[in-house]
Amino acid sequence: MAKVHIPFMQTGALAVGGRLLDEDERSVQAWQDRPSTLTRGHRACQGCAEALAARWVLDTAMEVTGGKLMVANATGCLEVFSTLYPESAWRVPWIHSLFANAASVATGIAATNHAKGRDDIRVIAQGGDGGTADIGMACLSGMFERNDDVLYVCYDNQAYMNTGVQRSGATPPAARTSTTPAVGLSPGNTFGQGKFVPKIAMAHEIPYVATATVADLRDLEAKVRTAMKHRGARYLHILVTCPLGWGTKTAASIKMARLATQCGLFPVFEAEYGDITGVTPIRSRVPVEDYLRPQRRFAHLFGPRGDEAALERIRGQAERNIRQYHLLEEGVLA
Amino acid sequence: MLELLEGSKAVARAVALTRPDVVCAYPISPQTHIVEALSVMVRDGHLKDCDYINVESEFAAMSVSIGASAAGGRVYTATASQGLLYMAEAIYNASGLKLPIVMTVANRALGAPINIWNDQSDSLSQRDSGWLQLFAVDNQEAIDLHVIAYKIAEQISLPVMVCMDGFVLTHASDVVELPTQEQVDAFLPPLAPLEKLSLKNPRSMGMMAGPDVFTETKYLAHQAMIQAHTVIARAAADFAAAVGRESWRPVRVWGPDLEDRPARQGEIAVIGMGSVMGTTQAAAARLWEQGVKTRLITLGSYRPFPARTVREAIGTADRVVVLDRALMLGVGGVLSADVRRSMARLGIPMHSVVAGLGGRSITERSLAKTLRQAKVGELGELEFMDLKQDLVTMSDAAVPVRAPARGAARPGAAAAPAGAPGAEGPDDAAASAPGAPAAAADDAMPTKPAQTGGPALTASAGSLGTATADEKATSADGAAPAAGDRAAPTASDRREG
Amino acid sequence: MFQVVIHGRGGQGVVTASELLARSGFAAGRQVQAIPSFGSERMGAPVVAYTRFADSKILTREPILAPDAVIVQDPTLLRTMNVFDGLVPGGRAVVNTRESPNEIRAACPDAPAESGRLATVPADDIVREYLGRPIPSAALLGAFAALTGQITLEALAQSIQKVFKGKVAQGNINSANVAYQWVLDHLGQEDQGAPGGIEHVDVERPATSELPIPIAGVPEVTNA
Repeated sequence: MAKVHIPFMQTGALAVGGRLLDEDERSVQAWQDRPSTLTRGHRACQGCAEALAARWVLDTAMEVTGGKLMVANATGCLEVFSTLYPESAWRVPWIHSLFANAASVATGIAATNHAKGRDDIRVIAQGGDGGTADIGMACLSGMFERNDDVLYVCYDNQAYMNTGVQRSGATPPAARTSTTPAVGLSPGNTFGQGKFVPKIAMAHEIPYVATATVADLRDLEAKVRTAMKHRGARYLHILVTCPLGWGTKTAASIKMARLATQCGLFPVFEAEYGDITGVTPIRSRVPVEDYLRPQRRFAHLFGPRGDEAALERIRGQAERNIRQYHLLEEGVLA
Repeated sequence: MLELLEGSKAVARAVALTRPDVVCAYPISPQTHIVEALSVMVRDGHLKDCDYINVESEFAAMSVSIGASAAGGRVYTATASQGLLYMAEAIYNASGLKLPIVMTVANRALGAPINIWNDQSDSLSQRDSGWLQLFAVDNQEAIDLHVIAYKIAEQISLPVMVCMDGFVLTHASDVVELPTQEQVDAFLPPLAPLEKLSLKNPRSMGMMAGPDVFTETKYLAHQAMIQAHTVIARAAADFAAAVGRESWRPVRVWGPDLEDRPARQGEIAVIGMGSVMGTTQAAAARLWEQGVKTRLITLGSYRPFPARTVREAIGTADRVVVLDRALMLGVGGVLSADVRRSMARLGIPMHSVVAGLGGRSITERSLAKTLRQAKVGELGELEFMDLKQDLVTMSDAAVPVRAPARGAARPGAAAAPAGAPGAEGPDDAAASAPGAPAAAADDAMPTKPAQTGGPALTASAGSLGTATADEKATSADGAAPAAGDRAAPTASDRREG
Repeated sequence: MFQVVIHGRGGQGVVTASELLARSGFAAGRQVQAIPSFGSERMGAPVVAYTRFADSKILTREPILAPDAVIVQDPTLLRTMNVFDGLVPGGRAVVNTRESPNEIRAACPDAPAESGRLATVPADDIVREYLGRPIPSAALLGAFAALTGQITLEALAQSIQKVFKGKVAQGNINSANVAYQWVLDHLGQEDQGAPGGIEHVDVERPATSELPIPIAGVPEVTNA
């Protein structure tokens, strides 16, 4: 396992994974010799939640597997900002092949390892929402239905940020992107379109599906641990704030992810073999406006020429999530 | 031990002898029998320690192969035609990543119109992909080549396509001999990849390369491909020695006189790849007695292209006839473009004979006719073997019909069957007349007149029999600029040469 | 080189017949090649397959354009296509039908005209009786053996046992035997068909040991 000495730049329980907690309750991030899979020096934007999530996911997986981990990465921000020849920020066996095929490449890695009797080596595939929900959907679905021993992690920032914030199949309704501009009669992304990949994953009845956000990193870490306990195809969908694409303050990435969950627009849950087994309830509900207003991609919904009808539809969506996933009922499973 | 085996089953057994770690494929005719046979061998335990993966597309097949190869496994897959195109992005990726994957291409035409039969358009469309492309003449060569291909691929760390004519070889049963497991094990050591995903030495593979290094990576890949010639030759010789018999060779020169020498004055050099060369050999033996003397240059290696060997084999032949199983629309044969480049300074006339597209049988009779025409100087520079003149002839009288004449066919209109020797008419007119190719005007070549007497021709083959006259005129218009680019082959020669 | 074209319909075992034929030649130490016609044939569509025998390596890959012999597995093809197209002068043909050779000639002008070169065999009746499946291939190959002498019954039986197992193999071998004998009994009787099918004869003989019917019994027909 590639471990490096991490000079902690901050102190405090939340900043470095709970160093004030008991030893066994601490996050991997609390170790000064943690397996730093994604090291400093990469080229991610300030406030990039994808980089944060990727490091937590892979560091946790490295710890769980004792360093026996291989990673296939789809084309996208994560790949571009982490590797530009001759430099790489990865401290894990890592391969980037194409945009659409991370799931298949991971399947191949797992196949060779299995053929060589090395089932102890685990495989993670990762990509953005475009490489997952859109162009990579066929490979992903194939990996799911074959139940290949791969954990696929989608870092969902809700648009093609790498190429300049174009709309993806995961872009929320009304959001302004460079291909769904805030002009015309129905500005922003079209209502009634888009897909929520966790549900598609659940339809494959794979061993484990979970959603998470960068607002609750301990939850994310726990879900990676659960995922790695299972064999077969697993899917982890993480909402990651993109200050560039969302038009938010770089310091607000964690807060934005939290607001997404607390307004009901992003349900946090886990499922096994197609059935939901756990839901993270909303602790302190906020109106959807609290989440939308700070984001420039939704700016056209507000102000004197705002779009109350669109806001009403978004509220309806939050209501529906809350009902469907029982987000306000403590201890109730769907 | 000699056995009577279907080509596909024989190849599957040859692949099994190489002890692959991972086999994955998506079904497409005419590749299916190979992967079916391998799936049985994995399931019944005949092929041990091998993961067989049924994928959801050819794109996934190549992608799984990439992952499996990157993890250090010996990987096999197979495809054809549309499947090869569907995986095209991953094909370039595999060679760029220098992964020693071996893939059978059961050569098949590309649509539309959809056609499941044999020609070589599919793999030749990937000629610049950085993969080696090695062709088998018969099923014995196909067997041998799969073992040889792994040796080559793993020595130079580049992927190899083993190309065998779909149906003609894959579905034919022939008397063949498989090497023994001991022979293959002695010839092909376990894979020791130059680079792989490794826990001990974690590296990043497939990183982005900027303008500062990209040219250099391509230069090195180019050099690797050139160096492959030596590795290929050695691997072929080593394999023949290992099995103690004749085997596949990157270039084979044969004449009915059985003398081991290049072509010489009074002879025609015939160049081709794949099963057509077997039929040509049968035809050549008879032609020899009739005074049509040929020397057959069978290319086992298409990429890298053995230009020097081909040039030497052409020697001082009177003329060169290339049997083209794939066509660059508006330009001419794909293989002949490579041959033309390799013989640029020889000053020997070259004829491209486009033959056997989409499964059209290449008969000894037609080959003999073609070679006799070449002998007496009546073969055009670009010919379509056994072209059905009546099918490419317009039946609709609404489209202008022009008498064969020098010059002025209406641009874009279905052209007159002009192409009289030395025709000075617009290029599009000459180009759309079979037998009177665009390239004809490039050299002082005797060009066979097109078959005259029929009405005008249409360039709209894709809509044969259904297009209205207007549609035909439109598609002819559309084709005109490309067809008119008659300098294309020579220009590209200069650029690339 | 001796070249055989087999016509039939998808599902009738045409490709298997071509392979059995090649196997039988291969067993006798000859060079052989079997090529199915390639296509997206579905059940019932016309299918053609080719088999070549030679004494030296077979180089050519062209389809057989001038067969020395033609085997017609499905009589309904006779009225829809010219199955005898390209047959060499003096070439021979086996047709699965109850009709007599002359009845076939009346419908198909290209059928071999010379006496003793066109064998009609009620192969459907034979396999119904001895195999229990509507796959007339083996019976027709038995007839082919009798008509041409290109393969022996023993080699055919061996090939059948390589491709099929148990009862199916035995049924096919029995069918081949009966058809073989049928040709020996009827060849040259140009007006005799089998309008009422066949009568059952007991051929439940053990495998191949008692089978050999001397090839010398084949009527001498030379390619003039």
